[in-house]
Amino acid sequence: MKTVFAQSVPGRSACLPPMPEERAESFIPKNLLRARKPALPEMSELDVVRHFSRLSRLNYGVDSNFYPLGSCTMKYNPKFTEHVAALPGFASLHPLLPQIKSAGLYTQGALEVMYEAERLLCEITGMHAFTLHPMAGAHGELTGAMLIAAYHKDKGNKKTKVICPDSAHGTNPASAALAGYEVVNIDSKDGMLDPAALEAVLDDEVAALMMTCPNTLGLFEKHLPQIVEKLRKVDALLYYDGANLNAIMGKMRVGDVGFDVVHLNLHKTFATPHGGGGPGAGPVGVSERLEPYLPISRVDKLRDGRFYLNYDYPKSIGFMAPFYGNFGVVLKAYAYILRLGGEGLRRVSEYAVLNANYLRKRLEEHMHIPYNRICMHEFVASACDQQAACGVRALDIAKALLDKGYHAPTIYFPLIVKECMMYEPTETESKETLDAFVDDLIEILETAKRDPVELQQAPVKTPVRRLDETKAARAMILIDPA
Amino acid sequence: MPFVPHTPDDLKTMLDVIGVRTMEDLFADIPAAMRPKSFDLPEGVSEMEVCSHLESLAAKNRTDLVSFLGAGFYDHHIPKAIEGLISRGEFYTAYTPYQPESSQGTLQAIFEFQTAVCRLTDMDASNASVYDGGSAIFEAMMMAVRATKRSKLVICEAVSPIYRTMLASYTSNLNLAFVTVPHVDGMTDIEALKSAIDEDCAAVVVQNPNFFGNMSDFTDLFAHAHAKKALGIVSVYPVMQSVLKTPGEMGADIAVAEGQSLGQPLSFGGPYLGMMACTEKLIRQMPGRIVGRTEDVDGKEGYVLTLQAREQHIRRAKATSNICSNQALCALRALMHLCLLGPEGLIRTAELSMERAHYLADRLTAIPGVSLLNDAPFGNEVAVRLPISAFEAVDKLVERGYVAGFPLGRYYKDMDNVLLMACTEKHTFEQVGILAEMLGGIL
Repeated sequence: MKTVFAQSVPGRSACLPPMPEERAESFIPKNLLRARKPALPEMSELDVVRHFSRLSRLNYGVDSNFYPLGSCTMKYNPKFTEHVAALPGFASLHPLLPQIKSAGLYTQGALEVMYEAERLLCEITGMHAFTLHPMAGAHGELTGAMLIAAYHKDKGNKKTKVICPDSAHGTNPASAALAGYEVVNIDSKDGMLDPAALEAVLDDEVAALMMTCPNTLGLFEKHLPQIVEKLRKVDALLYYDGANLNAIMGKMRVGDVGFDVVHLNLHKTFATPHGGGGPGAGPVGVSERLEPYLPISRVDKLRDGRFYLNYDYPKSIGFMAPFYGNFGVVLKAYAYILRLGGEGLRRVSEYAVLNANYLRKRLEEHMHIPYNRICMHEFVASACDQQAACGVRALDIAKALLDKGYHAPTIYFPLIVKECMMYEPTETESKETLDAFVDDLIEILETAKRDPVELQQAPVKTPVRRLDETKAARAMILIDPA
Repeated sequence: MPFVPHTPDDLKTMLDVIGVRTMEDLFADIPAAMRPKSFDLPEGVSEMEVCSHLESLAAKNRTDLVSFLGAGFYDHHIPKAIEGLISRGEFYTAYTPYQPESSQGTLQAIFEFQTAVCRLTDMDASNASVYDGGSAIFEAMMMAVRATKRSKLVICEAVSPIYRTMLASYTSNLNLAFVTVPHVDGMTDIEALKSAIDEDCAAVVVQNPNFFGNMSDFTDLFAHAHAKKALGIVSVYPVMQSVLKTPGEMGADIAVAEGQSLGQPLSFGGPYLGMMACTEKLIRQMPGRIVGRTEDVDGKEGYVLTLQAREQHIRRAKATSNICSNQALCALRALMHLCLLGPEGLIRTAELSMERAHYLADRLTAIPGVSLLNDAPFGNEVAVRLPISAFEAVDKLVERGYVAGFPLGRYYKDMDNVLLMACTEKHTFEQVGILAEMLGGIL
């Protein structure tokens, strides 16, 4: 499809403001002005509307397609939250308004949303306090790793290492490195964190262990109590990557079982839209001993019931966001939590786990499932049998699913299972959708036996077919030459 | 059950297929000792009730104030066509485009966004955005640290203090040294910045227009940095960038910006987006997602995420950044905004905003005891020295429905009497006049 730059026609315009009485030269000396007008697209409003409408149709979203993308919780995003976030009382609020001495009075509604959202997240996770500042999951991990560093520094602990299991999301080691730590990897055993492997690398210089539970294989980490005990002995903290919280709401609270830090992904568990890769939000919760280090500002409540921004936390790690985090995203998550309530959230996890297990059971005769037992909200299947029998890989099956009108599951992650496909159906999908998906997948696997080449050619029905990634990296066409 | 479609029959059938008796059997892995100590949340409510609750909270926030607050975050007009387009579910509810064949919409939009950012700044390459303008500066600094293998950063005090406080936090566990070069009456002190650049310096970081609203030409500064094998980083304001000398023309190595002023509501501080652009030789140091154009097996043009070897999911602890996703939907808004305004629309937006700010400056300096902080060129934002405390002035006027600006004493010592005031095309000359009269009345 032609880009907006290729469609541009000099002299066209869509939303032109009135002509100013004076032009830039009247205000700014010539040596500070740009030589040429920026070559931005010149289009009519209809051109713009049509272009983006057409672009949108080249995309799969949850609104249009089943999206069983493991580790990402692509559940349905309720529409009422959009109405809430667009209310002028929230959307038009300047973030500096409460920082003007008396104007905190004029943002009480927004401050209340933040204060209450923090309290709800505390109760859901069993943590002592929360910050809403992190603007994404990975940003939450960085914040968490910095909180861990601040704790150890304050106690005078000499800590140099953070342990990450081999099943961890790549952001875990990357975030730990940014907080100044060396990353130590440990291998899983039977799809679980292995206490013996942990013991082998655990010493006084370990600052923390970063865990995902259930882990990226969709399995509950059974050795958790032992792990907590081992870490306590060397004053190492336990970090919870909240990517998979959708599995355990109302069933386990990370604060109750010994985690010190947790980041949540509001765009996963609490149904805010992913937007093609952001904006999300990654609030971080901490246990009591880490609270002094939380980022500032914090929203506190006076005895008269008024909310205010409190900067008076001398041990704080400082500012992680320009203001209070991705407020618009937090707002949607807050509305979602209120709509569902405690019972509704518990049900979310129950049905997410039910759907994953149902899918697993229906698939087990057709694909190898390395850890084939009761899973949590997701599970991992492997195309190793198909690869051995007919040369069809996980990638081919994924592409064939696109042709059938599904988004593919996550493939080749976690790295510890060969030819893996990670399925996460989420609670919002019906039995009919799951059945249709399995039937289509079975049909694909039948095709693999009969005509593997056909699968290796897939997809054929999408707007484009398989793309040459090597060429993209070599040619490096990163902007439109039009 | 809101957002869960299962009927009791479905539940029974599914439990049978799984081979368990009850839902609770699915959670048998979690021992009794690890069950929640409490889960004391309010009961769920209907859509109508939750909407009305949040509408009443929204009503507790004042939206009728005439505000001259800016400080890097501006209330520009957002073309109405954006709302309908941005809410299309195929964009809105899509994930990061890991499956390019079914994500061409998002991918092409990011490619177009990257192109627009480069054309606005005269740079060679851009990425799909980062969290905000502050994290963009941090990522740019880290690019410079990696590219030069040096650890000292020279940063101007007239770079937004909101961002400088973030940078201090972000780098607290990294072995980096900051040298902050003071501003002079709100002006960027180019000579002092030059003298601070030495053989250990990775980059010099400046802002245009700076936090006080004044602009400079950094061509010499960046040339001097290059002579010392350091890089030049500049943070810009996209609306003003439509008329100002570009980072590319000045010889900057990396340009960054807060993209809020391009079609994003203020939304109490987020979500916004950080824009980044760099020269060709720094592309591989860029953090985050980058989209490239390629062909499919039939030779048809298409788009993919490229240069992924830089990223955390491949490189883990050695990635260029820990960033995973970005602010794709905000970037899409920014792109739509630029398409709807076009070059002329963006330029007029800057000029209309400047007209108002200059009228404001004229009206205020006519009041005895009021002066501009300096006589350097300014755009749509200006720092004004009052004969009384700026905090006090703002407080008095807020009660009358006008937010006069941002008191600079909050971030700068000896500036308790200085007020930072911003205008956009949405202010009327009448509002500016009323503000000037009110301010005159309380001094």
